Amino acid sequence: MGRITLSKVTKRFGDVEVIPPLDLEINEGEFVVFVGPSGCGKSTLLRLIAGLEDVSGGVISIDGQDATATPPAKRGLAMVFQSYALYPHMSVRKNIAFPLRMAGIDKAEQDRRIDNAAKVLNLTDYIDRRPGQLSGGQRQRVAIGRAIVREPAAFLFDEPLSNLDAALRVGMRLEISELHKRLATTMVYVTHDQVEAMTMADKIVVLRSGYIEQVGSPLELYRKPKNLFVAGFIGSPKMNLISGPEAAKHNATTIGIRPEHISVSATEGMWKGRVGVSEHLGSDTFFYVHDTGLGTEMTVRLSGEVEMKSGDTVYFTPDADKIHRFDDKGLRLE
Amino acid sequence: MARSVTSQRKLINTGLAWLIGLIIFFPILWTILTSFKTEAQAINDPPIFLFFDWTLENYAIVQERSNYMRFLWNSVIIAGVSTLLGVMIAVPAAWSMAFVPSKRTKDILLWMLSTKMLPAVGVLYPIYLIFIELGILDTRVGLIVVLMLVNLPIIVWMLYTYFKEIPGEILEAARMDGASLRSEILYVLTPMSVPGIASTLLLNFILAWNEAFWTLNLTAANAAPLTAFIASYSSPEGLFYAKLSAASTMAIAPILILGWFSQKQLVRGLTFGAVK
Repeated sequence: MGRITLSKVTKRFGDVEVIPPLDLEINEGEFVVFVGPSGCGKSTLLRLIAGLEDVSGGVISIDGQDATATPPAKRGLAMVFQSYALYPHMSVRKNIAFPLRMAGIDKAEQDRRIDNAAKVLNLTDYIDRRPGQLSGGQRQRVAIGRAIVREPAAFLFDEPLSNLDAALRVGMRLEISELHKRLATTMVYVTHDQVEAMTMADKIVVLRSGYIEQVGSPLELYRKPKNLFVAGFIGSPKMNLISGPEAAKHNATTIGIRPEHISVSATEGMWKGRVGVSEHLGSDTFFYVHDTGLGTEMTVRLSGEVEMKSGDTVYFTPDADKIHRFDDKGLRLE
Repeated sequence: MARSVTSQRKLINTGLAWLIGLIIFFPILWTILTSFKTEAQAINDPPIFLFFDWTLENYAIVQERSNYMRFLWNSVIIAGVSTLLGVMIAVPAAWSMAFVPSKRTKDILLWMLSTKMLPAVGVLYPIYLIFIELGILDTRVGLIVVLMLVNLPIIVWMLYTYFKEIPGEILEAARMDGASLRSEILYVLTPMSVPGIASTLLLNFILAWNEAFWTLNLTAANAAPLTAFIASYSSPEGLFYAKLSAASTMAIAPILILGWFSQKQLVRGLTFGAVK
C-alpha cells in the first residue's frame, strides 16, 4: 500500500502553466521529499496528489488505481499542513478522533487508536485541551496524530516544520524520521529547506519552475548533481562555481567545488586569496576568500576551530577527484 | 499638561456621544412617555415632557380592543422561521462564495445586494398577484417566504464576511480527513462560525421583526404581526396618539429587550472583520 504514480501530470492556473507534464514514481514505503525554491510548484504538486487541486491533464494513480478524479476524502491519504490546520473548537482527543469518526469506526477502536497515538506522540497529558492552549510543537504533534490514526496509504507533509523554532525543528525532524521507520508507510514531504531534505529523505525530488531537475538519494544528489541548479541548491554552504580559464583546464565551461573539498595552507597551494569574513560554528569554520583571481569569491569549510584573521593571505587547493564539471548548458560532464 | 488636554478631549467626546445617543433614542422615549398620557395631554401644545397625569388607561384599551398575543405570536413565527430558513440557505451559499470563488463571485454578491436597492413597492403588484394565485395571501407561510427572500442578501453577505476569516486549510484538512461536504459544513465550518452565525441570526430576526412594508400589505387578519397591530391604531380622525404609542411600546418591547441583552453580540456582528 502506498505506491503513487504520476504520469504526464500538468497543472495550469488560467494561462499560467505551473506544472508542465511531469512523471514521477513514488514507491511503497518510501520517504520522498520535494524540495526547491519558493514558487517551484512543490506545494502544488503535493496538493495535486492530495486531490485538493484538480489536475489540468495527466493521470495520478494510487496503488495502481486511477485516482485522478477521486475526491481527497476518498484517496486514503493523510495530510499535515504548515499551519497545522487543527479544528480550534475541538479538544485534542476530538481532533484526532475526527478522521475516525468520518470513517465510521466504532468507539472502542477509536479510543484504542487515539490512546495509542497519544502515547507515541507524548500527547496523553494534553488530550483534553483545545489547540489554542498548546504550543507550536504540541500542535504539530496533534496534526501528526490526526494523520496516523487513520492508517493511511501515504502521508503528505506540506512544510510541516517551518513554523517551529530552530531547536524544535531538529527534534521534530527526528521524530518524523523515527515515525517513518516504525510505520514504514509512504511519506511525501515538501520543504524549501535542503537540510530537511538531506536528513530525512530516501529520495529527493528537486524542482524548479515545475520541472523536475533531478531525482535521487541525498548522497546521489550531493555526489553527482545533474546540473548547475542542483549543484547550487544541494549542500550548505553552497558549492563554489568557477567558470573561465580555470574551468577550461578541466575541459568544462564551469567547474564546481564544494567548500568542504578544499584544503588550506598558509604557505602553498593551487590558488591564493585574502580572507574576508569567517564564521565559527565550533565544529566547523567557514571562510569567505576574496581576490582569488578566479572571477568569484570562494567559500571554504574546515572542520574544527580554526583561527584565521580577516585580511590574511591563504593558499587553497581543491581535491582533484571531487571536482564537478559542467558543460555550456549547465549539464554535468562525466 | 498634555494629559489634561487629552482628558478634556475625552470628556467632550463622551458628552458628544451621549448627546447623539439621546437624540437617536428620543423618539422611542417620547413614544413610551406618550403611551402613559391621556389623549388630550398627548396632543397638548406646548408638549408636556414629564409632568402629566400618568395613566395606564391606554394599555387597558389596547388590551381590550385587540388580541396582543396573537400578533406577538405571528411576529415571533414569521421573524423566527424566516431567519432560520434564510440562514439554512445562506450557509452553503456563503460557503461556496468564500471557499470556492469563481470569477463571477464578487459580481453575484453585488448583484444580490443591488436587489436591496430596488424600492419594494416596485414589485408589490407582481408579488401580490402571485400571492393571490398561490392562495397564500394573509398566511404566515407567505410572509415567511417573502421576508426570508428580502433578508437573504444580507444574511449571505454577513456569513460570507465571517467565512472569509476562517482559514481554508482547516476545511481542506477536514476533506483530507475523509469528511464529505455535508460533514465539512456541519462539523467544522458551522461550529467554528457560531459567533458569526449567532449575530447574523440576531440581526436578521430584528430586521424581520421590524419589517413593515410587506407585513402590512400582504396580511389582513390571520397572519398580521405586531407591525399591523401598531398600524391598526392610527386612524384618519379622532384622538389616537396615546393609544398608538401604547401599542407601539408593546410591539417594540420584546425586541428592545432582546436587543439590550445581546448588544455585545450585535456590535460584534456588525463590525466583524473591520478590525483585525
